[in-house]
Amino acid sequence: MSEETLAQLAMDFSILSLIAVGGAITVLPEMHRSVVEMHGWMSGAQFADLFALAQAAPGPNILVVSLIGWKVSGFAGAVVATAAVCGPSCVLAFAVSRIWQRFRGARWRAAVEDGLVPVTVGLMLAGGYLITLAADHSWPAFAVTAVTAAVALTTKIHPLWLFGAAGLFGLLGWV
Amino acid sequence: MPFARRMLVEERRWLSAEEFTDVLSLCQLLPGPNIVNVAVCVGARYHGIRGAFAAFAGLMTAPFFIILALGALYTEYGHLPAVSAPFRGISAAAAGLVVAMGLKMAASRRLRSAMALFAVITFIGIALLRLPLVVFLLGAAPLSVAAALWRAK
Repeated sequence: MSEETLAQLAMDFSILSLIAVGGAITVLPEMHRSVVEMHGWMSGAQFADLFALAQAAPGPNILVVSLIGWKVSGFAGAVVATAAVCGPSCVLAFAVSRIWQRFRGARWRAAVEDGLVPVTVGLMLAGGYLITLAADHSWPAFAVTAVTAAVALTTKIHPLWLFGAAGLFGLLGWV
Repeated sequence: MPFARRMLVEERRWLSAEEFTDVLSLCQLLPGPNIVNVAVCVGARYHGIRGAFAAFAGLMTAPFFIILALGALYTEYGHLPAVSAPFRGISAAAAGLVVAMGLKMAASRRLRSAMALFAVITFIGIALLRLPLVVFLLGAAPLSVAAALWRAK
């Protein structure tokens, strides 16, 4: 694990930062592609586990990149990956927030919003599909995914309860 | 995000409900994690670049170390059946939450029905054809925005 790897992490994640419209979930497919398929830094199952950790832990989901960076090149990797994924988008947010309010009610502003929503939805669904394939290797696992999705859609239960129940299922050897 | 709203609007009164909606709609549009963008925008509004840095650091520092600690525990003990077995369940549940988030967003009023075609195209392009995201977005996002603009006429 060298400076070359760090540079690669910095580059990949700063690009992700600027295309992550809608947040961390929308770039999940691209992260998977870079980390698992292109660089072979970890297996799909490991990737799914790290993502699950980031979802279960407090704080923004995007911290999955800290875990990936750390797994690939230790603490330096975690710092580099986190800075790379947050830096460019933060600079953009900082710059744009100052001019955005001026255009409240402008027609093009509404069109940009309406136009980006479907792309974001498609990306989120793609992320769900790919992370399911990466995480689930048995039909009970698919059942856990489906039931979790159904419960999350129909109730307002806190996700930690769902993680707890699913963890218990796993511990009993059912998944 | 509901917690962020409660703190910013109801407890600290840093933003009115309307201002919060406005900031949020911008931050959902911008690339990057929404909650991080909200922190940067609100920080910037009050104290410029120093406010943005302070808000970012406040939001990220503790979770960053917590997650690395969890990651270290997982690496150390992840191979033990007592850890890996529940983790298979937790990973499956985490995937389910992502699916739910996508479906919820698909059902929301923010997705105009005439625009749903672009959601389908995006899903096919990214999930099934595995096109690189940058290339795909450069093509699809401007088209989708153009379609929205044309519809608004």
